[in-house]
Amino acid sequence: MDERDRGIDERDRAIVNALQRGLPVCEQPYRVAAASLGMTEQELIDRLRRMLDERVLTRFGPLFNVERIGGVLLLAALRVPEADYGRVAACVNAAAEVAHNYRREHAFNMWFVLATETREEADRCIARIERETGLAVFRFPKLEEYFVGLELAA
Amino acid sequence: MTPDEPFALDAHDRRLIVATQAGLPLVPRPYERLAQELGMTGGEVMARMQRLLDAGVIRRIAAVPNHYALGYTANGMTVWDVPDARIDELGGRVAALDFVTHCYHRPRCLPEWPYNLFAMVHGKSRGEVEEKAARIAALLGAECRARDVLYSSRMLKKTGLRIVA
Repeated sequence: MDERDRGIDERDRAIVNALQRGLPVCEQPYRVAAASLGMTEQELIDRLRRMLDERVLTRFGPLFNVERIGGVLLLAALRVPEADYGRVAACVNAAAEVAHNYRREHAFNMWFVLATETREEADRCIARIERETGLAVFRFPKLEEYFVGLELAA
Repeated sequence: MTPDEPFALDAHDRRLIVATQAGLPLVPRPYERLAQELGMTGGEVMARMQRLLDAGVIRRIAAVPNHYALGYTANGMTVWDVPDARIDELGGRVAALDFVTHCYHRPRCLPEWPYNLFAMVHGKSRGEVEEKAARIAALLGAECRARDVLYSSRMLKKTGLRIVA
């Protein structure tokens, strides 16, 4: 019906839906998950490997919260004049501290996340971006994160 | 839920994180495999993983789908101006909607940016994102004083987070 059907079938979908919630820590976690999905452990492992190879899944494994071990994630945004967009994107992307950067359709048209070990490193990186681009960086630190119950249906 | 004190990793925890940040081994006994690589016992690896989970250092051991490959090609950051006094209650209710993948309270930057509640919404089309945003608006009701949706039109950079041993 559309490109969501490219390369994944109902059994893959069931895996994606179930395993977004997480696996228990135990000796044979794939066997436990496979049993509740009505498939063998080997089929589950083979399908996970294929979906990772085909980039249906971007990751499978422990999802770390770097803030819990003292790291800093900071969302920031810029209002970039269109004529200057390429230069500013190159400047922001050049910073190793920038983990992702997205263009969005809005006056605030560049949104990026800094991932650093300390707050001071984030501040220094932002000061450098402001100096090099001549633009004000708007900071949107997380004040509270609300628990997201579930996941996207595959 | 932001504990003040960072969780202190020891050298074994760090090695375990480095060994698993690319993924959990796809073998029937993944912790036994890690134990062999790291010179620990399978029991110790599992105990450490469970402790990191309990401490919130690991959110969960799970699959992360590529939204685009699942057909979720429209990505909208919906933003809302709601009263600070009620934001935790409202944020909790918005986050509980099954199509919201991230939900945060962030500061306003006045006068340019009046919004304090951010909820990420994915859809198979912009129309679907608009419908979902309308459901958030209905939930917020009169508490919503202003709103907007910012669609992503291009990924300019994406690197994984790197933790070094």
